[in-house]
Amino acid sequence: MATFVFLYFATVIVTAASLVVVLRNPIYSALSLLVMFFHVAGLYVTLHAEFLAAIQIIVYAGAILVLYLFVVMLLNVKREERYNQQGTVALFLGVVLLTEAVLLAVSRSFAVATPDPGPEGAAKAVGNTESIGEVLYSTYLFPFEIASLILLVAMIGAVILSKKGIMESK
Amino acid sequence: MFETSIKLALTISQIGVVMGVVLLTVAVLTLLERKVLSWMQDRMGPMEVGPYGVLQPVADGLKLFFKEDLIPAGANKILFSLAPIIVLVPALIGYAVIPFGPNWTIDVLGVEFKPFVISDINIGVLYILAFTSIGAYGVILGGWASNSKYSLLGGLRSAAQLISYELNVGLAIVGVLLLSGSLSLVEITESQAGGFWNWFAFDPLPFPQFIAFVVFLIASVAETNRLPFDLPEAESELVAGFFTEYSGMRFAFFFMAEYANMILVSCMATVLFFGGWHAPFPFLQAPGNFAWVTGIFWFTAKVYFFLFLFFWIRATLPRLRYDQLMRFGWKVLLPIALGNVVVTSVLAYIFPN
Repeated sequence: MATFVFLYFATVIVTAASLVVVLRNPIYSALSLLVMFFHVAGLYVTLHAEFLAAIQIIVYAGAILVLYLFVVMLLNVKREERYNQQGTVALFLGVVLLTEAVLLAVSRSFAVATPDPGPEGAAKAVGNTESIGEVLYSTYLFPFEIASLILLVAMIGAVILSKKGIMESK
Repeated sequence: MFETSIKLALTISQIGVVMGVVLLTVAVLTLLERKVLSWMQDRMGPMEVGPYGVLQPVADGLKLFFKEDLIPAGANKILFSLAPIIVLVPALIGYAVIPFGPNWTIDVLGVEFKPFVISDINIGVLYILAFTSIGAYGVILGGWASNSKYSLLGGLRSAAQLISYELNVGLAIVGVLLLSGSLSLVEITESQAGGFWNWFAFDPLPFPQFIAFVVFLIASVAETNRLPFDLPEAESELVAGFFTEYSGMRFAFFFMAEYANMILVSCMATVLFFGGWHAPFPFLQAPGNFAWVTGIFWFTAKVYFFLFLFFWIRATLPRLRYDQLMRFGWKVLLPIALGNVVVTSVLAYIFPN
């Protein structure tokens, strides 16, 4: 049963992710990205990471992708002006990623590692949200603070970009 | 296998009952809104269909059912048909986690079954927030797919409004989450037992969430696109906003979604701030095995109070301008909600329960 569910989610994720790149209409691309986000959230649920699943939908599907759609609809990019000049970059990145995938597949088939059952059992015992909170504010406090600092910088940058006169006013 | 099928049958019948009640309430609300508005404006309201106009929803439904289903030329057919469904499904799916009666577990032929909540998941609040944010897609896609300028402008306005006010809804809830220590709506209800002074909106210690409740209420009026925040469908400027081009059952879907969202938001306000199914005074709650009767009564009464509040606001206030709406959301509501989070967390640390 679990394998079937995983196979379903995995197939849809891979298909939707390729559709994002292949489809010509940017609106359809954004929609297949939405389908992909939903199925990634589904994978999280099967891993008992309900909190992550909900955050995945709220942040990515609910906020970021809506803004994408917003911009795509407002700009109405013309067919010719779209991303035609990126062949070289795409080739380079594709080769790197493909090599990585092949290497991973080969190394995985030699060393069959049993997955570490540690954190999942603990997460089930006290509840997923609590365990994430405890780990985030103790073990990973430093990365957490760095992330918040980066977000703060981005926020200040957005304010400065949108208020052009703010620097010259003095 | 036997247990699984029993469980499946129980859950499906429970979903059927809840959906039936919700859709019935939607039908009742369409009439109630017109009646309440007309009473407030010293009119009679619909009086023609049935005694005192009570069969008006049936007539409306039949009319919409037999209307021609138009798809405008140049519209994107797939997205045009998909948009009403994307709006309606998130509005209905949220009821899966709303507890409308005591948190009992009964035993049906060896299967554990919770009769008064479809599914008690431990992230109930986030679940509802996640699905309400999906509703924005239906609105924005419906506006775009109609291939009409009014619809597109309405859809874009609505997307901006929904994103802005979603944030305020989320932040207003944080205080309640801090006090109850749980994201499960069942546990949040349980921690408000025993009289209205324990409801989070009034609970004096550590900090009453009444301000957060007001922020939540205003933001949810904006999220459901009701007056005075109904800019996406401002009749006088945008014809009908994102559903200008819709007719027949597709239009009915948008309409039902709006009312279903109103009921969902009222249920959330009831559960989060007003004690869910708990009675305002302990002696008003039936003892023992009959607690569910008063439980469902009080839950329904509170939800209808909030629904009445929606109509009341609609009859009282004029519509905001678009820049006023954005300024109010970001510069007034957001700081208040953030301040409430800070004060609540400090006081909850000083006075732990």
